[in-house]
Amino acid sequence: MEADNTPTDEPTATPVDHGDAADHGQAGHGDGGSDEPTAGDRELHGLLAEFETPGALIAAARKVKNAGYTEFDCYSPFPVHGIDDAMGIQRTKLPLVVFAGGAAGLIGGLFLQWWMNAHNWPWIVAGKPTWSIPANVPIAYETTILLSVLTTFFGMWMANKLPQVWHPYFSLDRFAKVTDDGLMIGIDAKDQRFDLEQTKQLLVAAGATDVEECYRDLRPEATEVPKWIYGAMTVMTVLAIIPFALAAKARRSTSADPHWHIFSDMDFQPKAKSDQAFPEFADGRANRGEIAGTIARGSLDADDAYYRGLRDGQWITDVPADVTVDRDLLARGQGKFNIYCAPCHGYDGNGHGIVPERVAQAGGAWEARNLTAPETIKLPNGQLFNTVSNGYNTMMGYAAQIPVQDRWAIVLYVRALQRGQNATQAEIPAGVQVR
Amino acid sequence: MASAIEAHDEHHGESARASFRGVTRDVSNVALKPIGKWWYPAFGVALMMLGCLVVAVVHLFQYGIGVWGNNNIQGWAWDITNFVFWVGIGHAGTLISAVLYLFRQDWRTSINRSAEAMTIFAVACAGIFPILHTGRPWFAWWMIPHPNDMGMWPQFRSPLMWDVFAISTYATTSILFWYMGMVPDLATLRDRSKDKVRQVVYGILALGWRGSARQWHRYERAYLILAALSTPLVLSVHSVVSFDFATSQNPGWHTTILPPYFVAGAIFSGFAMVMTLMIPARALFNLKHIITDDHIEAMCKVTVATGTMVGGAYAIELFTAWYSGNMWEWFTFKNRILGPYTWAYFIMVSCNVIAPQFFWFKRFRKNMVFVVVLCCFINVGMWFERFVIIVSSLARQALPGQWGYFSPTKWDGLTLLGSFGLFFTLFLLFVRFAPIVAMAEVKAVSPAAHAGKDDH
Repeated sequence: MEADNTPTDEPTATPVDHGDAADHGQAGHGDGGSDEPTAGDRELHGLLAEFETPGALIAAARKVKNAGYTEFDCYSPFPVHGIDDAMGIQRTKLPLVVFAGGAAGLIGGLFLQWWMNAHNWPWIVAGKPTWSIPANVPIAYETTILLSVLTTFFGMWMANKLPQVWHPYFSLDRFAKVTDDGLMIGIDAKDQRFDLEQTKQLLVAAGATDVEECYRDLRPEATEVPKWIYGAMTVMTVLAIIPFALAAKARRSTSADPHWHIFSDMDFQPKAKSDQAFPEFADGRANRGEIAGTIARGSLDADDAYYRGLRDGQWITDVPADVTVDRDLLARGQGKFNIYCAPCHGYDGNGHGIVPERVAQAGGAWEARNLTAPETIKLPNGQLFNTVSNGYNTMMGYAAQIPVQDRWAIVLYVRALQRGQNATQAEIPAGVQVR
Repeated sequence: MASAIEAHDEHHGESARASFRGVTRDVSNVALKPIGKWWYPAFGVALMMLGCLVVAVVHLFQYGIGVWGNNNIQGWAWDITNFVFWVGIGHAGTLISAVLYLFRQDWRTSINRSAEAMTIFAVACAGIFPILHTGRPWFAWWMIPHPNDMGMWPQFRSPLMWDVFAISTYATTSILFWYMGMVPDLATLRDRSKDKVRQVVYGILALGWRGSARQWHRYERAYLILAALSTPLVLSVHSVVSFDFATSQNPGWHTTILPPYFVAGAIFSGFAMVMTLMIPARALFNLKHIITDDHIEAMCKVTVATGTMVGGAYAIELFTAWYSGNMWEWFTFKNRILGPYTWAYFIMVSCNVIAPQFFWFKRFRKNMVFVVVLCCFINVGMWFERFVIIVSSLARQALPGQWGYFSPTKWDGLTLLGSFGLFFTLFLLFVRFAPIVAMAEVKAVSPAAHAGKDDH
């Protein structure tokens, strides 16, 4: 290594730490005498032996393996290279699992894009076919890596049986050295070759500087989960259910309250809309009506007959002078009638439109007037025009939607329907008769 | 690495173990002993800057992105500049942790932990900007493909969606890689902690790590795989970021050189940021024997190499614009250099191309004050690179009606300042509570790790 020759700073720039000896003192396990389990309350877990150098650890591990032990492990603050072979550790299968994860990521990423953009909602972008792979490569690339990474990370911890927050060796003070400078071998008592004295001798012969027995404390206070943990878990489970319960309740019930607006999304703007209250004006309304004594430009509407169907206070029975009755006007009337009137009155005006039909289907009873019946036929033109403009009973006025000329066209088309519905066979021109 | 650890006699067990203990003590003391007095004012300043971000974001949520200087012509400005800048910063961390690992560059062990932390915090800062930039950030989750009552799916053939996947994969991978690397060291802190709170917190985070050979075996294999996966990932991330520009039809953006050019620039800016952070940190924490002058020198060399690559990219870009004979392309580049943003262009060139050339000389590489100052210039220069690419290309488009000039507002400034606040807050928390040097890795590459072996 090149860097080996370079000058270095002293590692003791910080005050000398005298804590090491105290940290890893050989005081034995447990802090006080009264906490110590008696012989009857404990079970031998294994032997933990400490070694001086990585080389000594490797040599000892090989001896332990060669002696036929299988239930043992080495512990070190860093990966000691060469120990896998000495212990006979099989190469991990993790790379194969990761390959499977990566393949799933690739196929999944492609399938996701195909299903969403080419199948479920075929989407043409930039004039390309709905499935054009080059543009789908970057995301498939990323999902491949993402799934591989997740498989590596979680696969490694699962294979290592972690997290496992407690282990019998953690009860030995000595074991804390493993994450500092300690190099150790632990042999499990459940190994079939395990014998307390013989195994101890083997470890000493292999070069151990110290061998310690590790016991598993069997007393209830050491093995049983404290009651309060069960209590806390119950409370947390109940608390965790509450949001789901509230969501389920909300789905099954109705509410008259408006939605919560966490973000206003320009829904509430500092302006008044029509028919809203607006306290700044004297009348408290946002709508500004016509100013008294004025008429808006183009809204004089002086011709009573044309704009209101009246002449000298009576409904007119003829048509106003501004309305020219011809085929075009009737065709216009038919179009407007079919848009605005037919939903209730029906295309032939007999009152059987789609709306009464739906009301009947829903179990209600509501009828639209039959426009071809004699009592409607006898109404004057002016009154029909007034009804179209301002409504009648439950019918609303259409003055806001339909211009004056078109309303007259509708009136005249209604007259045509009345004529047609009540015609005799003889009145129908030759060539259009239906037998 | 003898530079890190004193091992007078490799075969003498006690001296090897003393060297391991030295690493443990020097690194874990940073997290476990009371921190230096300087930390509190530094953290206070960082929190105040973070407060600026909170104020700027709340204001933005309330009034919309009209509070920024962006307008119809400059639809992208500081928001995307900051995004690209921060993503780029992150790349050095992954390069150090993954690429240098694959190349067996042992010097990386002293800085990889903090460089990875820097990556994660930089990506966190970067992630804020495209989300804020959407205008209605509370709908950002629409970019995650999920069944919904609108019956809508994301448009996967948009480079902006590629960005979503690249950045989120990158963030996930960086966090997992960082955390996995930290677990053995968290176990070290767990075993050295004296008070109950730390024992429990470090104990949970260490997952019960025992340092067993069987665990180390799988752990090392997983580490290698993650390094091998991170390498193509890091190259793809800034390439995908550059696709945001390169796949558009805008002169100045629509070039094939952008992906490699962006990746080189990202590594360049990231190394400058690592040095800006680590040179003060190693002095404050007495870690000069672990993060040595040699390591700083190696990073300076990477910086001059990538800085020169970036300079080469500027030249090639210009040449291509001229050689293509495309009137619009050539106009854009003339305008970039001599137009209204000429000041920004020359800040970029002097900071990114001229400044790093000092690192050819050993006497500059050995002067730590000079290195930090020069790295600050590079950080500034790389921010300006993104500004120049984004803003100057938009400022003069095909129709004179699309000509404009971007002026930032105070909210632009507060947001940028605040993103630095977020970065420094996270970094100061990291140095306060986490193992800032990969202790297990430093021990593993030291000569003492081979003490007592037959072949030594």
